[in-house]
Amino acid sequence: MKITSPAQLSRLQTDLAAQDKKLGKKVMICCGPGCLANGATKLVQAFRSELEKKRIRDFRVEALKETGCHGFCEKGPLVVIEPQGTFYTRVTPADVPEIIEQSIRGNQTVERLLYRDQATGEPKTTYHEIDFYRKQTRIALRNLGKIDQYSIDEYIRVGGYQALAKVLTTMTPDQVITEVKASGLRGRGGAGFHTGRKWESCATADDWPHYVVCNGDEGDPGAFMDRSIMEGDPHSVLEGMIICAFAVKSKDGYIYVREEYPLAVQNLQRAITQARAYGLLGEGILGTEFSFDIKISRGAGAFVCGESSALMKSVAGEVGEPRAKYVRSVLKGLYDKPTVLNNVESYANIPVIIAKGGAWLAAIGTPKSTGTKAFSLVGKVRNTGLIEVPMGTTLREIIYGIGGGILHDRPFKAVQTGGPSGGCLPADKLDLPVDFDTLTDAYSMMGSGGMIVMDERTCVVDVAKYFLHFLVEESCGKCTPCREGLFQLHELANRISDGRGTEADLALMEKLSENIIIGSLCGLGKSGPNPFVSTIRYFREEYLAHIRDHKCPAGVCTALIRYDIVAEKCDGCMACIHACAVNAITGRKGKVHVINQDICTKCGACMAVCRRDAVEVA
Amino acid sequence: MATVTIQVNGRAVRAEKGEMLLAVLRREKIDIPATCNHEAVEAFGACRLCTVEITRDEWKGWKNYVTSCLYPVEAGLIVRTHSDTVIELRRTLLDLQLARHPRTPLIQQMAAEYGVLKTSYEEAPDGDDCILCALCTRVCDAMGFRAISTVGRGHGKRVAPPLDQPPPDCVGCLACAQICPTGFITYKEFGAGREIWGKQFQMVTCTRCGAPTITREFADNLAARREIPREYFDVCDACHRAELAGTMGRIAQWNREEAAR
Repeated sequence: MKITSPAQLSRLQTDLAAQDKKLGKKVMICCGPGCLANGATKLVQAFRSELEKKRIRDFRVEALKETGCHGFCEKGPLVVIEPQGTFYTRVTPADVPEIIEQSIRGNQTVERLLYRDQATGEPKTTYHEIDFYRKQTRIALRNLGKIDQYSIDEYIRVGGYQALAKVLTTMTPDQVITEVKASGLRGRGGAGFHTGRKWESCATADDWPHYVVCNGDEGDPGAFMDRSIMEGDPHSVLEGMIICAFAVKSKDGYIYVREEYPLAVQNLQRAITQARAYGLLGEGILGTEFSFDIKISRGAGAFVCGESSALMKSVAGEVGEPRAKYVRSVLKGLYDKPTVLNNVESYANIPVIIAKGGAWLAAIGTPKSTGTKAFSLVGKVRNTGLIEVPMGTTLREIIYGIGGGILHDRPFKAVQTGGPSGGCLPADKLDLPVDFDTLTDAYSMMGSGGMIVMDERTCVVDVAKYFLHFLVEESCGKCTPCREGLFQLHELANRISDGRGTEADLALMEKLSENIIIGSLCGLGKSGPNPFVSTIRYFREEYLAHIRDHKCPAGVCTALIRYDIVAEKCDGCMACIHACAVNAITGRKGKVHVINQDICTKCGACMAVCRRDAVEVA
Repeated sequence: MATVTIQVNGRAVRAEKGEMLLAVLRREKIDIPATCNHEAVEAFGACRLCTVEITRDEWKGWKNYVTSCLYPVEAGLIVRTHSDTVIELRRTLLDLQLARHPRTPLIQQMAAEYGVLKTSYEEAPDGDDCILCALCTRVCDAMGFRAISTVGRGHGKRVAPPLDQPPPDCVGCLACAQICPTGFITYKEFGAGREIWGKQFQMVTCTRCGAPTITREFADNLAARREIPREYFDVCDACHRAELAGTMGRIAQWNREEAAR
């Protein structure tokens, strides 16, 4: 069915909304990355077969919805019963009959599956009452968890493509750009360039054709914001791109998705096919003169292809290497033509900006960083998951208010923002408001929104080593400072971590870092030394402990630590003996166990299994 | 093209707007090191050695470091080619290259010019002579063959034919070997044959003197693409020159006779 006019789109929306109201109760099963990994697919099957078996009157198949990432990954798989909003956590197929009996047939809740408040232990019935959700403002993630991720009708039901209709019928390309500029939206991929200004540069470039490209090459370890949007709400990205194409007068769009996201490719492809069938992509969109289509371009798993010029080379089928951008890619981008390249999250913001107006978004956040930002909150924090907060929210509010604080109430040590090339911020920066400029001033960066929380058992030398290793592996190898410089920086970090480092090495690393930053060709190299630069800035003492005292205060760097069993605490339970993979622990039941240091590989398995905290690391 | 004036090391220099800065600096006889630059191919910006410091009056003291090979000249540019920071950067780059290629004469010599006699880092035990300037892959591209390319990434990047097999698109023209600044790319010649990248070629032999000219594949390709008659390659350069010399000699003789008459 082609939708040939905005009026027809509105009628469809009204019909879909009315149908949905008739459904009564709905079962929303989170099928985001985290919940899928925890068995959400089995849960969907369990609900299907159980509902089939029980033949509940009035319950229709359409009322079982597989939604995008609901956000609270820590507690997944998640099931929400709407319209009540009853929120079940860590649901297994075995819980399904009870949920159906209590919450679908009846109006009760299954208490053991409810979320319990951290402080009071009180069960919370709906997710609206939980701090993790209450303290968020969701714009880019607005539909995640609310609609079935496979259905265009669901997107239209909640007002999808209405912004596009508004643009096509009541606005000129210039007005669209003015609105986006008024919103103050800055690129969510990390650089924070003004989206409206970028669109304007492309629209006014007198060189044709113009291209619209979406960067879905999210590669930061631990980041899954864009993935969740592409998988769970693909139409919001398509709608944003179509609006952009109208504004910059483009006919061809590409979404570049990394190879590691097969589900995102699948869901986007399905969404594109649906949109074409509805006449929302292709020739004469919504019965107007405007035509635009989108192709998916798959990366081959290179982190550097998230860099704009490398991405465009990769789309064009060449080796994904960046080029010098003394002429910007908005003027000379894909196939050397003017190109708008925006991140997934940026595009997802566009329909809302058009629908509610640029001023509406500009009122959220801070004056220079407007709107909200999605983060994947991971690491040693209680509530890991996908969150979205207004710009300017403090790190403390994110980590303690939403994240629920550090696991096991250990002291906070640092938070890494901005992905591998971002920086580590220490405890005295917890009250910094999170926005583009503040983070940059604190020698970190916004990046695409990865946020990794570390506690006192994290060693910053080890962290720097880890991220440097990542960047050494992911450097494209084109230019010398990045290819050879990061390699040597990583080697030197290894020396320090192994206890072989000297203070002269530290000085060499600092000098090398400066030159890599000045000399590298693209953003990857220019920010490559950041894992070292930011940790040495805030944690120099810890580096020196490795060098001078040959100690790793966090007990991580294996060359500098030893595990010992404290005789007074050991009750001879044998647990550590069974856990040790190299048979380094001797002892009999009821007798104090001893670790043979010559055999011990310092994996820490003994410490992890000991119930009496008898294993100590020093 | 409009002529503009820029300032280089305190001196006013005239240049064409839009031409690359390195070309201007070289024309002014300023010694700028570079290993990945060559007039046969487009600038690439990989070795970073030609980095210079630039600023403009309106930047109010803010400076930027750009690779001169890729930076288009515009009026008002103020360039310093040997500021302390630039020299320090070049020294670091050569230091890094020396660690990776400790036995490569070109690198040893360039590093020595910047005072680096021994690398600050650990020498790569398996350091070869390929400095990853990518001149070979780019010249192959420019020749229209794309027979070889860089493969892999990061520290493991190298130049290779597809799947490390004899490259199907190679015609044995030797452009890659001839442009290679360190002599890393080698080839063998034997009688009427040649081998490069593990692929063997038969040479076209001169119908006059019997000397090998170019490979059959290259001759066929040039004939097909550039409309040079295939027969042209049946005569070697030396014999072509001899023939030309003979013709010129005859013309000179004829001219002298004409003048005498």
